[in-house]
Amino acid sequence: MITLGHMLTLSAVLFALSVAGIFINRRNVLLLLMCIELMLLAANYNFIAFSRYLGNIDGQIFVFFILTVAAAESAIGLAILVVLFRERRSINVEDLNTLRG
Amino acid sequence: MINPALNESTLTLASLAPAITEIALATGICAVLMFDVFAGRTWRYLTHGLTLVVLAICAWLTLSVGAVATRTVLFDGLYVADKLGVFLKLAALMATALCLFYSQHYLDRRRIHGGEYDILAMTALLGISVLISANNLLTVYLGVELLSLSLYALVAFDRDSGIAAEAAIKYFVLGAIASGALLYGMSMLYGLTGTLSLDKLALVSASHGAGFVIAVAFIVVAVAFKFGAVPFHMWVPDVYHGAPSSVALLIATAPKLASFALVMRLLVYGLGADPVLWVQMLTALAVLSLLLGNILAIAQTNIRRMLAYSAIANVGFILLGFVTADTAGYRAALSYTLVYVLTTLGSFGVLLLAARSDGEADELDDFKGLGTRDPLLALLMLGLMLSTAGVPPLVGFWAKLWIIQALLHTHHLGLAILAVLVSVIGAYYYLRVIWYMYFDAGREQTPIPRQAGTRLALGLNTLAVLALGLLPNVLLSLCERLIGAP
Repeated sequence: MITLGHMLTLSAVLFALSVAGIFINRRNVLLLLMCIELMLLAANYNFIAFSRYLGNIDGQIFVFFILTVAAAESAIGLAILVVLFRERRSINVEDLNTLRG
Repeated sequence: MINPALNESTLTLASLAPAITEIALATGICAVLMFDVFAGRTWRYLTHGLTLVVLAICAWLTLSVGAVATRTVLFDGLYVADKLGVFLKLAALMATALCLFYSQHYLDRRRIHGGEYDILAMTALLGISVLISANNLLTVYLGVELLSLSLYALVAFDRDSGIAAEAAIKYFVLGAIASGALLYGMSMLYGLTGTLSLDKLALVSASHGAGFVIAVAFIVVAVAFKFGAVPFHMWVPDVYHGAPSSVALLIATAPKLASFALVMRLLVYGLGADPVLWVQMLTALAVLSLLLGNILAIAQTNIRRMLAYSAIANVGFILLGFVTADTAGYRAALSYTLVYVLTTLGSFGVLLLAARSDGEADELDDFKGLGTRDPLLALLMLGLMLSTAGVPPLVGFWAKLWIIQALLHTHHLGLAILAVLVSVIGAYYYLRVIWYMYFDAGREQTPIPRQAGTRLALGLNTLAVLALGLLPNVLLSLCERLIGAP
């Protein structure tokens, strides 16, 4: 029997993985975008689990909005990435060090 | 559970009136977008003027059609219109219009003025007004995202600038993490209370234990990111420095009103049943922001970085207003936000006009000798810097005083002393700009462009800072009318 607890644990693990991915990854900005996507999916999973558990449809509707916004967000993120690559010829996280102080 | 008054059958055209700002703005965005696409090269220069006309129409409609006497809830509880909302929207409309007006010359000079610039500024404004009227976690999220996504694109607007792209990607990644935290917090809140409506959340007491505290913590982290409070401030200096100055101006002003509204709607109203939860977190954020912002600002040689750290310090002050968790504190926070936005509009406006001949105004050294190079501009900057430093009789002084008074009334003696001390530290780097302008000889001798219209607007802007300082009761009674007397 899969209970609410299992689902929440899975979503917490996903969320923790994405945060760890963002802070540990020092190489590629693309991986950061993937981690961000994973983070949103963890929240989505939470919403769906609660929605099912509470018998309340609001959470599932919220998920539709999150998915739509996430698509727009990655479009803008990738566009910025393209501009960055054109200027710097690199998408290494470590090369993002011109601005400091 | 549907409130009968909001039922679909009673949804008429007239009942949509309180949402006129968003409706008009969305229509205006589509119209300007279409105009820009079909205008071609010959007519494209009109896009900017058309944008200002659209903003003026929105402001007029907000005042004439959208004004509400009492709190009105629309769209099945998703949307709320009240006096505070109407006023904040008008303020955001005006701030955005002024930003666009000040930026025109700068953008033309750097040759990065496209129609998309005005359109993105308007979509950001739409996000701000949705956020101001949010009465449901879903509306809050959509407002935050519409605002943030437009700003990410604006920061990277100068496609040939490496530092702009770097600032944009940093802003994007950190902002996206904040959105993720906001969503995770909201999902937990939803699971614990079974509702997304802020009206219903406001009735739920916080006796939900650890889960509730973690949910609120996630949400406060997101709020701090959007506000730019320490320790979630990393993006602020980079964005102010890397983005074109005009975009920094836009980010520094209108979105601060949105952040204020976010705290008012989400924390003060939605989670207001037990403010202790978030008051402690906000206290920590405020203290760190005040200390770090003011101390790091001293070390800066780039004026935009300095203004960024000054923004962080000012956010600390705004958050101190919320720490009191009473109406006097919220009023003080509102007046501080308004004063900050007004003053920043002016100081960034001067910065844009005084930009070097290669188009950018970066270094503090560029301000050396401004007093002889352009006495009028230096005089305006003098007034604005003194106001930000909190020197009476300028309005910045009263804003700081009201925050400190509110703190003393609620027996936060330590925080009040800290606020006074950091104000003194802060005065140093504002006065340094004045010193550079008047008592140091500058290298740059090229005259600053005349731009009579921009100068007139900047003059009025600074005059407003002075006038509100001489008549502080105007601002005080305004804030009293907006944030309810019980």
